[in-house]
Amino acid sequence: MASLTLEGTPKTPFVQFDEETGLLELRGRSIPENSIEFFKPLIDWVDRYSRSPQARTSLHVQLEYFNTSSSKCILDLFKKLESLRAGGNEVTVLWHYEQDDEDMLEAGEDYAGIINIPFKMIQIEDAGGHH
Amino acid sequence: MIQRVHELYDSLERQRILLSFKGALTAELVTALLGAVERKMLVIEPDAKARKRVFNVVMECLQNQFHHQTKWHDVQGDEPAAANGVVMIAHTDEGYSILTGNFMAANEVEHLRSYLDHINDLTDDSLRDLYREKLNNGSFSAKGGGGLGMIDIARKSGSKLEYGFVPYDEGNTFFSLNVNVTT
Repeated sequence: MASLTLEGTPKTPFVQFDEETGLLELRGRSIPENSIEFFKPLIDWVDRYSRSPQARTSLHVQLEYFNTSSSKCILDLFKKLESLRAGGNEVTVLWHYEQDDEDMLEAGEDYAGIINIPFKMIQIEDAGGHH
Repeated sequence: MIQRVHELYDSLERQRILLSFKGALTAELVTALLGAVERKMLVIEPDAKARKRVFNVVMECLQNQFHHQTKWHDVQGDEPAAANGVVMIAHTDEGYSILTGNFMAANEVEHLRSYLDHINDLTDDSLRDLYREKLNNGSFSAKGGGGLGMIDIARKSGSKLEYGFVPYDEGNTFFSLNVNVTT
């Protein structure tokens, strides 16, 4: 299988899922009207990856905004990783949030409360410098 | 007719309207309106957290409207032009007011009313619990919404949702929503 890379757009995040390193990244904004359509290839990719995964898999989530329709798809993505972990693989979610963005921290905590994967909350010190 | 242009501008200016739009929303329009709101907020609102909350609420309100505006056709099979809605964002003394209005099926009014009342009755903590519960157990609608929109809007705004219904004809009602984001 191949790695998955998608450039970010004003409504969809930058995606880089690397099967060689087990490093998965989701960065930017996820606010598309049709989130199911956007997330389906990502969820399918994790499905295929899970057949012969790396010993360690890390998903970095660094979102400035995500809409409620994405929130369900993100949960589905986490659920795929939860199954991977249940199969005896090491899986970590690294949830990045901007300094003072309590809403985004809470959102990460909401997922951590639902999903059986270790979550690491990482505060981004400098919120400026990107758009 | 021509002096109405200035009257309209003047009225919007006096009401401190940041953005006003009437019509049918497309995905492209939602993107453009969000871009306009984001640029204006950068200029007038120094607090990054407030900017984010306003953007979040505007985004959910616009997408809510985008997903529900076609209800009209389901009821009447009428002209697409009837799927008009209205969006207004105003700067207020307390913060920002996000107003949206759209037509909906009259027979769904009572359901929506009791749902919004239920959300308004909840404390911040129980609102969060409801969000988690719906996120985890709720099913997707065909349009990708999961019934989380209003809960999220209420959580991000930190205020009670103000709403109203104006009957239009036997099949349709005009639904208005005002969300206050205090800063």
